[in-house]
Amino acid sequence: MERKLRVLVAKLGLDAHDRGAKVVARAYRDAGFEVIYTGIYQRPEAVADAVIQEDVDVVAVSSLAGAHAVLIPQLIQLLKDQGVDDVLFLAGGVIPEDEVPQLLGAGVARVFGPGADLEEIIDYTKANVKRR
Amino acid sequence: MAAGERRQRFAGVSDREVKRCYGPEDVANLDYARDLGNPGEYPYTRGVHPTMYRGKLWTMRQFAGFGTAEETNARFKFLLEQGQTGLSTAFDMPTLLGYDSDHPYANGEVGKLGVAIDSLKDFEILFDGIPLDKVSTSMTINPPASVMLAMYLAVAEQQGVSWDQVSGTIQNDILKDYIAQKTYIYPPEPSIRLITDVMAFTAKHVRKWNTISISGYHIREAGATAAQELAFTLADGMAYVEAGIKAGLDVDEFAPRLSFFFDVHNDFFEEIAKFRAARRIWARVMREKYGAKSPRSWMLRTHAQTAGVSLTAQQPENNIVRVAMQALAAVLGGTQSLHTNSYDEALALPTEEAVRIALRTQQIIAEESGVASVVDPLAGSYYVENLTNKLEEEANAYFTKIEALGGVVKAIEKNFFQQEIADSAYRFQRRVMKGDYRVVGVNAYADPDEKLETNILKINPEVQRRQIERTQQVRATRDQKKADEALAELHRASQTSENLMPHIVACVKAYCTVGEISGVWRDLWGEYREESVY
Amino acid sequence: MTVDVGDLFQRFQTGDRRALARAITWVESGSAEGNEMIRLAFPLTGKAHVIGITGPPGAGKSTLVDRLASHFRKREKSVGIVAVDPTSPFSGGAILGDRIRMQRTLSDPGVFMRSLASRGHLGGISVATSDVVTLLDAFGFEVILVETVGAGQSEVEIMELAHTTCVVLIPGMGDDIQAIKAGILEIGDVFACNKADRDGADRTVTEIEMMLDLGHMGEPGINQWSPDGATASAGAINRLDRTGHHSAAEMSGMGQLTHAAHHAALRHGTANPGDTSWRPPVVKTVAKDDQGVDSLVDRMVEHLTFLSTTGRWDQMKQRDAAAKLKELVGGRAARLVLERARQAGDLDRLTHAVAEREIDPYSAAEELLRSHFGSGY
Repeated sequence: MERKLRVLVAKLGLDAHDRGAKVVARAYRDAGFEVIYTGIYQRPEAVADAVIQEDVDVVAVSSLAGAHAVLIPQLIQLLKDQGVDDVLFLAGGVIPEDEVPQLLGAGVARVFGPGADLEEIIDYTKANVKRR
Repeated sequence: MAAGERRQRFAGVSDREVKRCYGPEDVANLDYARDLGNPGEYPYTRGVHPTMYRGKLWTMRQFAGFGTAEETNARFKFLLEQGQTGLSTAFDMPTLLGYDSDHPYANGEVGKLGVAIDSLKDFEILFDGIPLDKVSTSMTINPPASVMLAMYLAVAEQQGVSWDQVSGTIQNDILKDYIAQKTYIYPPEPSIRLITDVMAFTAKHVRKWNTISISGYHIREAGATAAQELAFTLADGMAYVEAGIKAGLDVDEFAPRLSFFFDVHNDFFEEIAKFRAARRIWARVMREKYGAKSPRSWMLRTHAQTAGVSLTAQQPENNIVRVAMQALAAVLGGTQSLHTNSYDEALALPTEEAVRIALRTQQIIAEESGVASVVDPLAGSYYVENLTNKLEEEANAYFTKIEALGGVVKAIEKNFFQQEIADSAYRFQRRVMKGDYRVVGVNAYADPDEKLETNILKINPEVQRRQIERTQQVRATRDQKKADEALAELHRASQTSENLMPHIVACVKAYCTVGEISGVWRDLWGEYREESVY
Repeated sequence: MTVDVGDLFQRFQTGDRRALARAITWVESGSAEGNEMIRLAFPLTGKAHVIGITGPPGAGKSTLVDRLASHFRKREKSVGIVAVDPTSPFSGGAILGDRIRMQRTLSDPGVFMRSLASRGHLGGISVATSDVVTLLDAFGFEVILVETVGAGQSEVEIMELAHTTCVVLIPGMGDDIQAIKAGILEIGDVFACNKADRDGADRTVTEIEMMLDLGHMGEPGINQWSPDGATASAGAINRLDRTGHHSAAEMSGMGQLTHAAHHAALRHGTANPGDTSWRPPVVKTVAKDDQGVDSLVDRMVEHLTFLSTTGRWDQMKQRDAAAKLKELVGGRAARLVLERARQAGDLDRLTHAVAEREIDPYSAAEELLRSHFGSGY
């Protein structure tokens, strides 16, 4: 039986812009993923709990606010501290180019910019989910 | 596909199919006096003033705010020097959500998307050297709107300007927050009470103040079509009118101080028609449904902003052209004030260079294009009049639906708007994905070698440290007893039906912070949480 | 990274929530590791109070589950939550949105919540739900709340999985209640009339009460047998006749209800002499404002007391065991027979024959079983 891929679409911090997150969530669903959406205004601790309890393969953080450089690495660190090492981290939204290396360094596999193609996101996700 | 046409179907950003050509049969039922009227006459389809831009150009009002009050004050002064005629303040997320900069949730957000405001001290710096009797100021903020207004009044007092002389707008539109923008804090009932308190207070003491800027902008940006933006925004407006009447206010006392705020998107004629339809619908409901007697209550005055969501990160210079066309549509639609987006906004906060081009775009339309010389020049166009009628019909159909759901608040609880908007957003994204809707530089004429980079305004992390330092210093040096008493008094009054504005003014004058004041209400009223829909 | 089942189970036993989460993934995918985990975990189960939450869409089930969880936490019970959402039949994907409505309790380390997709199963829960409950039980959660899809179909499976089934309804469902009464009313041990601040709440409660009276005329909750207790069914019919809400003609048309009443009588007992019985209570709640939820928890706990004091708790264990065995043996036996028949070429041959109307399906099945079931058929 083929393993169903599970993805958590997350919004971190004081970021109310959820249009992109919702569109991405629907696109994942239409590509056959099981999608858990956290809703807006989430703390990294709550998202980390959700990642663990839902045992997702992918965490996609959408950020259009300013704090991704602080909150995304915080989330990844929280999960690392608890031994989570088989989750694919993606980020998208409005993330300035010069903050990308910092996110990649923290463990984000790829950062999708504004206007990224939905199909590209899905294809990338399928190709890069970690083996379990 | 019709012979000789290059597409099966022609539809714009709202996915409304349009015909090849429009003619007299498409406006057969149009009655000039009933449906259009001369400019400055009921139902104001052609504009709220007889002279429109021949009398006074629209207010060029660029939204600005970032970093601490010092940085934003400098940007304000720059804009005024460049010929801007009104100020418009963007606040950072912690301020919008009623958290002080030293709250743990604020970490990383301080000064990022707007200016950080914690106490009156920040407002004193923000408007330093700016005469509040000369400029009008718009403040885009909702749950803490009453607090910002109180701070503004306190600064005016310090400048020796009486409350009656100050003019401006607070957004203060909580309904669209539940629907689309999501910067809500409290549940609907107490939130609406704060709004009606502001309405009652300003009607007596700050008569030139616009109490609510009923906003379609965020609804549209969240993915709504033009018709949905129009319908949901006007439905919100009607809900505020009903709330005001229910609070015992005379409709002609507060309705003239309601203003609107619409998005201007890509579909040129649809946007022009949207502004015209909005004025007509509003005039009709205010007169016929709510029995307003004063023509000032019938007039829909609006601010407009070009569509942020239409900007692309790819080939960002193209955005200058998009903004110019959107701005032109807003002017042809008869807006009272306008913000033009800067071309680099898809990536981050705009640079001074980009802001200047955006403002110059408006000035070129005003001074060079000639469109400001004739009022409502597109009236009588078969297409534009047909679109205006259609949008009105579509909006009316939504009003009926909303009423059947039990009104705006009930419809919000049932996720009606949220679902409609999410569906439209997804449909649009699918069209882009399939190439049905072409976006230049993204899914058409894209440059495969393009590397996204722009000269972007960065917020120094020092900003957060400096802001926190200032706020903590304010708390350490203020008269603590006075601050505690003011907060206790606010806490008490919030449990009665007293108007809260005087108590809020007392709090800000005692240098209570936005977080402390919001905290009183968070404790009393709790926090709203939404059920997300997709 | 691959994980050894034994290692994972060790971590599971020490309370590692990641191990629990991974074990759930395994049982959900129907893998061999999943079966092995169930084998290891099963001896640790049988202690949790499993509560099903079902009801139509829009009834506010998730918010209610969130509140229920916090009230159980106040009573110092650890809480496991399973919420099932529908899988899209078109893409096979799903959006699992219940977590958003449960944010009040999810930060509590005494709560663990897992979202499941129905994966094509139509009974309101997914195939793996009972195994997920087994894992949560083995992990040590004292209360397990299972929220069904709530898509309106008959969700009787939850009744077979849960000890206590709570049906959530809302005011203003008048006609709907008429339509769904047989499907939903018969499975409830406790009823919540949620959003009770809306108009028509009292009417909805009355309607549910009347429907329940058909099965049991006692007082809501546990009815201790008393020598002068009246019989249930006669009383019910008399009372309805008196109130005039149901004519005799209507009653006679309620064949399903008679069946439902019979079914409920098995689970709830009757007011007959010697029988301690359960009359499902109806509780008004406003989950979003946390009103009435504590009383609802009281009733759920009371129902548990009813189950254990009347021996039904133990009967349920027998029931669960029998059901699980039936399910597993049935499934495996079928797979076995079909595989043997396929290898022998009989499956294709007979499938074709049935399709061409050369043989009827009953005879074809008979032939397959006779040839491939093995000795003893």
